[in-house]
This record gives sequence, C-alpha cells and structure tokens, in this order.
Amino acid sequence: MDFTLSEEQEMFLAMFRDFSAKEVAPNAEELDHAEQPPLGVLRKAAQQGFLGATLPEQYFGAELDYVSYCLLVETLAQDSLSVAVTLVTHVSLVAMSILARGTDAQREEWLPPMAAGEMMGAFALTEPDAGSDVAALQTRSTLPHPLPAREGGLPSPPDGGLEGGAAALNGVKTWVTNGEIAGLFLVFAQGPEGVDAFLVPADAPGLSVGYREPTLGLRSVTFNTVYLEGCRISEANRLGEPGTGLTIAQRAQDRTAVALAAAGLGVAEASIDAAAQFAAERVQFGVPIAQKQAIQGYVAEAVTELEALRYLVYRAAWLVDQGQGAPFDFSVVKAHGARVAYGVTNRMLQVLGGYGYMEDYPLARRYRDARVLSIIGGPTELQQVRIAQKVFAEWDVEIVP
Amino acid sequence: MDFAFSTEHRALRRLIREFAENEVEPLAAEIDREGRVPFETLGKLGQIGLLGVCFPQEYGGMGAGEIGYCILMEELGRVCTSTATTVGAHIGIGAMSIYLDGNEEQKRKYLTPLARGEKIGAFVLTEANAGSDAAAIRTRAVREGDSYILDGTKTFNTNGSFADIVTVLAVTDPTLGARGGITAFIVESDMPGFQVGTHENKMGIRGSSTAELIFEEVRVPQENVLGNVGEGFVSFMKTLDLGRLTLGAACLGGAQAALDWSVRWARTRRQFGEELAHKQSVQWMIADMATQVEALRSLVYRVAWMVDTGQPFTQMAAMCKLYGSEVASRAIDVALQIHGGLGLSRDFLIERFFRDARIAEIFEGTNEIQRIVIANNIFRRHGVRIRP
Repeated sequence: MDFTLSEEQEMFLAMFRDFSAKEVAPNAEELDHAEQPPLGVLRKAAQQGFLGATLPEQYFGAELDYVSYCLLVETLAQDSLSVAVTLVTHVSLVAMSILARGTDAQREEWLPPMAAGEMMGAFALTEPDAGSDVAALQTRSTLPHPLPAREGGLPSPPDGGLEGGAAALNGVKTWVTNGEIAGLFLVFAQGPEGVDAFLVPADAPGLSVGYREPTLGLRSVTFNTVYLEGCRISEANRLGEPGTGLTIAQRAQDRTAVALAAAGLGVAEASIDAAAQFAAERVQFGVPIAQKQAIQGYVAEAVTELEALRYLVYRAAWLVDQGQGAPFDFSVVKAHGARVAYGVTNRMLQVLGGYGYMEDYPLARRYRDARVLSIIGGPTELQQVRIAQKVFAEWDVEIVP
Repeated sequence: MDFAFSTEHRALRRLIREFAENEVEPLAAEIDREGRVPFETLGKLGQIGLLGVCFPQEYGGMGAGEIGYCILMEELGRVCTSTATTVGAHIGIGAMSIYLDGNEEQKRKYLTPLARGEKIGAFVLTEANAGSDAAAIRTRAVREGDSYILDGTKTFNTNGSFADIVTVLAVTDPTLGARGGITAFIVESDMPGFQVGTHENKMGIRGSSTAELIFEEVRVPQENVLGNVGEGFVSFMKTLDLGRLTLGAACLGGAQAALDWSVRWARTRRQFGEELAHKQSVQWMIADMATQVEALRSLVYRVAWMVDTGQPFTQMAAMCKLYGSEVASRAIDVALQIHGGLGLSRDFLIERFFRDARIAEIFEGTNEIQRIVIANNIFRRHGVRIRP
C-alpha cells in the first residue's frame, strides 16, 4: 500500500491551488450573491484543460487520473462548491458517460467541444415524480429499439424504420443541473423496452429550458426545469445500448458520488481553516478562544472527521481508476462525505458565532452550500439502502428501497 | 400536579394562532425576501395588546404572565422566525429590562408605551470584542453633573435600527469588573449623538433588523439609570435568563412547524410505489422529531410556570435555550431531508426555516455559554466554581 500522492499528482495539486486562488476565490462570493453561473471561471478553467479533465488527449482532454481529478474538485470546492458542482456535472456525469458508452462518432462530435468549454453538459434524470425512484420515469421515447442486424440480411434502418421525425421525446425533467448554461443534455426516458439514454443538444427542436429554481445554496449553479415536447431524436442521439439507460445513469452517479465527496472534503477544509484562524484571533474572557477546551474539541473533532474522509475519498477515486468499486463503496463515500462536509461546516460556523451567521463572511455561504450534498446525486437515505443491501446480502436478506 | 393550560391561556392561544395565521404567515416569505421588518404586523400586535402580553395591566400589559408570553412566542415561531425575533427583542429583553429593574416612574414613562406597542424597544450589549464575554464591553458612561455621557459602538443589535427606547450597558467604573463597574441606561433614540450604523446582511431571520449602534457623546439624564449604578451586569443577566426561556418557546414553534410539514409531505410524496410515510427511515425521523418536540414543550412550559410562581429558574432557562435551539435546528434539518430537493427551493418555506433556525444556537448567549451556565449551577452545589 502507498498513501502518498505521486510527484505528478503533487504538481497538479499545486497548479489547481494556484488556479483556484487566482480565478475562483476572488469571484465566489459575488457570484453566489448575484446568483450568476461562473461563466468567466469556466472559460479560464477550459484554458487549463479542466473541463476535459479526465478525457483522453485525442479528444483534447487533460487525461487526468480520477485521483488527480478529485484533487481538482476538492481544491475548487474550497473556494466555491458551486463551481465544483458545475464542473462535476459536466465531466463526471456527462462527458465521462459519453466516453464510456458513446460510439466513436459521438465521442468525436461531443467530447472536443466539451473539453474546450464551448459546450457544457447537463444531466436530465430527475422528474417531478421520480427522484430516488428512477424506475418511475414518465418521460417517453418513441424511438423503437433497432432490430438486431442479421447476417446477410438488411441492416436496421437508422431511425427504426419510421419516417424522419416520427420518433420523439416527451416529458418534463426537473432540477436539471447546468440547465441554463448547457449545450448538451444527457436525457433519460422510458423506451419500448426499458430506459434509454439520449444525447440531446440544447438547440434541438422541442427541447426548452424553463424555470430556474431559487435554492438555499449553490446559488451559482443553475437548476432548471427542462421540457421535452415532441423533441425529435434518431438513433444518432442514443447513448449506449437500448434499454441500458439505468445502468448508464447509475455508473455516472457512482463516479459522481466520489467527486461530490471530494467536493465535501474541500468545503470542510476551507471551513476548518476559517474557524481556526478566527479562534486564534478572537479574544474572549482574556484569551483567544482557541484556548477554550470547547472550541478545541469542535476543531479537533472536525479535523479527525476530515482526515478519515480524505482517505475514503482518495481510495474511492483510486477504485474508479482501477475500474473497480461496487455500489457499496460509492454509497459509503457519498453518504459519509455529505455528513462530514455539513457537520464540520455547521460546527465551524458555531466557532465564529454571530460572524458565522453573517453573509459578509464566506462561512454562511459554505453552510448553505454544504447542505445540498446529502440530497444531490442520490440522497443519503438511498445510499443507506444500498449499504444495507450489501450488508444483509451476506445474511440472505433481500432489501428493496 | 396539573399540566393543563388554564381557560384564559387556551383562549389566548386561539387568539394568537388566528392572528399568526391571518396576519403573520402571509407576510413571512415576503419580509424574508425583501429583508424588511413588518411594521404593519407590529402595529396590529400592539393594538390587540400582545406586545405587552406578560406585563401587568397597570403598565398597559395584558397580564398573561410568562406562560402567556411563551404561547405568543411559540405561535409566532411556528409561522415566522423573523417576526418572533423582532417581538422577542422588543418584549423579552427591551421592555423586560425596564419591567424587572425600572423604578415606578421609569415603568410609567417607558414600559407603558412599550407594552402598548406605541414605542419599540431593544436591549444592546454586544460589541466588536465583547459577545459571550459580556464583561469586556468598552462603551463608556462618564458622569457629568446630573447626566452621564455615553460613548461607544454596539454591534448585532436586534431592533436597534428603529427602536425608540434602548437599554444600553456601559462601563461606569473601569476599575471594577462586571460586578460593580457596569451600569444599564435607558436611552431614547432621539437623544443627540445616537446613530444607526451599518445593517447586517444575515443568512437568516432576514425579516428582522440587526444593526450597529453608535453612541457619540450621548447625554443621558441621571434618572435614566436603570436599577442601581454598577449593577447593570446583574440586571442584564436577569433579563437574559427570561429571554432564553422565551427563545426556547419560539424554537418550539419552529420545531412543531417542521414536524407538521414533514408529516404532510410524507403523506403526499410517493416513491417506489408508496407514500414516504410507509418508509421506516422516514417514520423514524418523524418519531424522533415528535419525541423531541414534546420533551421541549414540557420543558418550556414548566420553566414558564416556575417564573410565574417565583421560583429560581436560571439553570432551567439556559436548558430551554440550549435544548430548544438544538431540537429546532435538528427538526428543520430532518424536515429538509424528507422534502429532498423541494426542501432546498426558495419557493417553499422549509428553506427559509432552515436558514432562520441556525441563529438560535448563537444569539442570546451561544450554546457554549449555556452549557457553562448549566454546568456552573450544577458544580456550584459541589463547591466548584467554573470560569468560562
């Protein structure tokens, strides 16, 4: 075993820190208060290759391993969870799904502009009545599954034998992350034989981006309702094999679970830094409050939780790099990352007292932001079901959510 | 023993609930969004007599005691934390300090218009370098003839920006510490030199005002000394003890609201083919929440009864504030989790309650200070004196 970062990873980390300090930190507070998506930051991030962080060089990606990528997410989240979540949605949910399941043509078409930041990715899974329960999707695809090509027979017609335009997506997607800024949507819909995944460009006729949710935190992220009204699709839009949509979604969410936990790590680190500095300077009862055992206890416990999380995250990222990792591993890191990020930020806010509650200090923003981590990308309760499934499988108990 | 509310208190709760639902709740989202104090609500509360709910009728009050006041705070807390905060600062610490320590003339002159809602009150203590460590305040009051000249800056003052009558703690003798060196003064906001400084931009309770107050050579007549010279700190502690109890009552209302909304949503939202109410993880969240709400309710009204019957209650009030704020924060956090993404939306009230709840663990004495107060009361009986 070896828990050290490689020389290359250390070098990347220094570069990420430099970038975040120069480009993210100075803008994060204002972007949050103005509820603006971080378009300028994304442009700069694209120049550094971050928007194609894990993509191969042939698609103009930076070809980072997942551990290095998680270091990037962690570093960005120290300054802005909004920026981190925007990036993770783009890279882990959308670009990496195309890399994993796309045809050569689809990769050639979509990945280079995504890596260049010319096209942001959005993930359209959740619906008004389907959140955790993804099998309950109401969005429909009328694109028939192609007949298998028979040897010597005619190849399947590209649009399932229907006249052009006959196949369409219909439905409503809610809380689509990056909705307003996206150029490409990864949409999940019920097909004739199970759930299908589709790549739908933002300018596709019949796709429209609607209401933007006002949110507690992550105020620089755009969460929108997306309407699919007779949105025309053909086989060229389909991602992966017919009927494998839920698998694609699950793999994407597993990867993302690790990245979101890395983001949680970053939030917790930044909160602890701010609180430690405050406690060292704030004098009450004649001494810096860092001398108070209650404050020491809060900080010591937070750091302990942080360090335990750190290695859980790096290990999970390493599992992604190895092509390993079971649902159990991803659920554990997702649930724990969310709990630590919010718990630590909450306690550190307490160290700052009234100052922690004021919007003029970034801790209030981090607190509002961190709360989302136990809901977005599959709530903690769902992760717990998946963890319990693994534990009880050994005792022959089958658990349904 | 008798745990039932009196007929009068039950009638009072009906009156307040109706008012809260008709007048306070409809404005709650708006005042939060716009960051404004609902003066129209304060006016109506004053007209009904609720701004003097706990004070004797001879001073313009309603005479419903501490139990009545807790009912008011609980019902306001159920629908709007900002309004509860503004009302709490006015009655609970502003007017209350004058009720507890004022002489007959001060009560007639200041408490009566406060109780009637004709004037608004505040109590200002915190300074940039003195929060939990209240004895470290630097605002000075220097005797000059038959007046005192006040100089200094107070921060985080609830209602400070618009209050007419402000109780201010200032140092009268720097050679003496908290006991002997600090005096409370009643200051009128139109006294020359009284200025409102910056307004705080807060995460929650945005429909209440928190501002800086600057005292620049404010001349306060000697008859406005509240209580005895040098006893301001003691008088402040007495006032704050009561404030802690009623903050616990407001937290009770918030926690009850979180529970009610969670139950409603668990009956509405279907996932995996059934209502969330059928999911054991959700059932347990609700069961825990309900248990804590009931424990808090018993604590709050028991301590209110102790106040009304003249028993010592300092330690118990600290427990109300500590337990109440933690129960409310936890309850709204769980409610947000049950509501999932909807809980994060600013179109729905859970998000507002979530931002609002957090401050109760900080103001009116941080929860760390409450633990010290409680521990101090316990260990004192064993001859151990605890320093904060």
